[in-house]
Amino acid sequence: MNTVLDCLGKPCPAPVIELARAIGTCEVGASLVVLADDPAAAYDIPAWCRMRGQEFVGCTEIDGRPAYEVRRLS
Amino acid sequence: MVLDNARDVVADTLGVRADEVTFTSSGTDAVHRGLLGLHAGTRRHRPGLVLGAAEHASVRHAVAWSAAPQAEARVDSDGVLTVDSALEAVARCPGQVGVIAVQAANHEVGTVQPVAEIADATGLPLFVDACASMGRLPLPSGWAVAAGSAHKWGGPAGVGVMVVRKGARWRAALPGDDRADPRSVGFENVPAIFGAAAALQAVWADAADTDRRQRHLTDLLRGRLAQIPDTDVVGHPIQRLPHLVTASFLYVDGEALVVELDRAGFAVASGSACAASTLEPSAVLAAMGALTHGNIRVSLTRDTTEADVIGLADAITDLVPRLRARVGL
Repeated sequence: MNTVLDCLGKPCPAPVIELARAIGTCEVGASLVVLADDPAAAYDIPAWCRMRGQEFVGCTEIDGRPAYEVRRLS
Repeated sequence: MVLDNARDVVADTLGVRADEVTFTSSGTDAVHRGLLGLHAGTRRHRPGLVLGAAEHASVRHAVAWSAAPQAEARVDSDGVLTVDSALEAVARCPGQVGVIAVQAANHEVGTVQPVAEIADATGLPLFVDACASMGRLPLPSGWAVAAGSAHKWGGPAGVGVMVVRKGARWRAALPGDDRADPRSVGFENVPAIFGAAAALQAVWADAADTDRRQRHLTDLLRGRLAQIPDTDVVGHPIQRLPHLVTASFLYVDGEALVVELDRAGFAVASGSACAASTLEPSAVLAAMGALTHGNIRVSLTRDTTEADVIGLADAITDLVPRLRARVGL
């Protein structure tokens, strides 16, 4: 089961800030899911992964809310 | 007389024929009339429209309003609409494509588009929104209709320029009136047009010098900003407008950065959602896959000095870590 980070209702850059704080608690190779409904999260979570050298796995939905999966590579 | 003189001056500066130039009531008006008119002239057999993903809102709104079968051509991470991307969008469009809308240069990140190459490769008529580059860079070649905006080159607001190439299949798409020029409506604002033409002539006379000076300053600023950790300096590093620098800083609130810089005496813009009335991030940054939060856009004026740019770079270098420290990063 992946760790889920609930950022619903939080505007950017909050979801990316919480992702940066939480990634350290994740083991290398494991994934973390960010729930975020701010429209900027759709662009900024993949951009964060590119800039920080982590893997953006993709976006799905959990209970109708966007859920972004990120895998820790380092 | 004054109007003909202004038309001659604008035509001469842009390197086009005087009878190809129409003055409109704004750059947006020139984009709407130009793009929709080119579509009206071609849509019978080829109803499809392709537009670049980073086009200005005036182009996006005109394409949406046309209700034509349409496809968006992707831009790459530097904001470039490549020839391959244009060809792919033409193939993907649900209707036979008659017109491609591509900007001469991007208004937010400065990237200059390969207009002539796209025209060559597709063989289709191009509508070129040249609002961001007119008066700074020569018009590219290969377009059928182009648009410009006087206030963007330092002229008065309320004057646009539509240039329809001789032989282009342009037809009025909007209601006309009974006056001489079928390409526009209403009485021209002659004093404003006179001012617009004089301003264009003046900026164009210095354009090469301004370009050299501003490129040196924007190269300097881009270099300084790139040294700040976790920073996305956005836009093509070389194929770009001389006066624009756009960058995004990870974990920083764009609006807070704009406010703090204002306090330090620097007026900059932002493409971040938090700084927009719509709360939507910049469509240009989103299309490029650039970071949309923590974004600032710096436009140099003609009298910006190296000392100004160094002062701004120092202020940003000092502010970004302080704003990050506020959120514990």
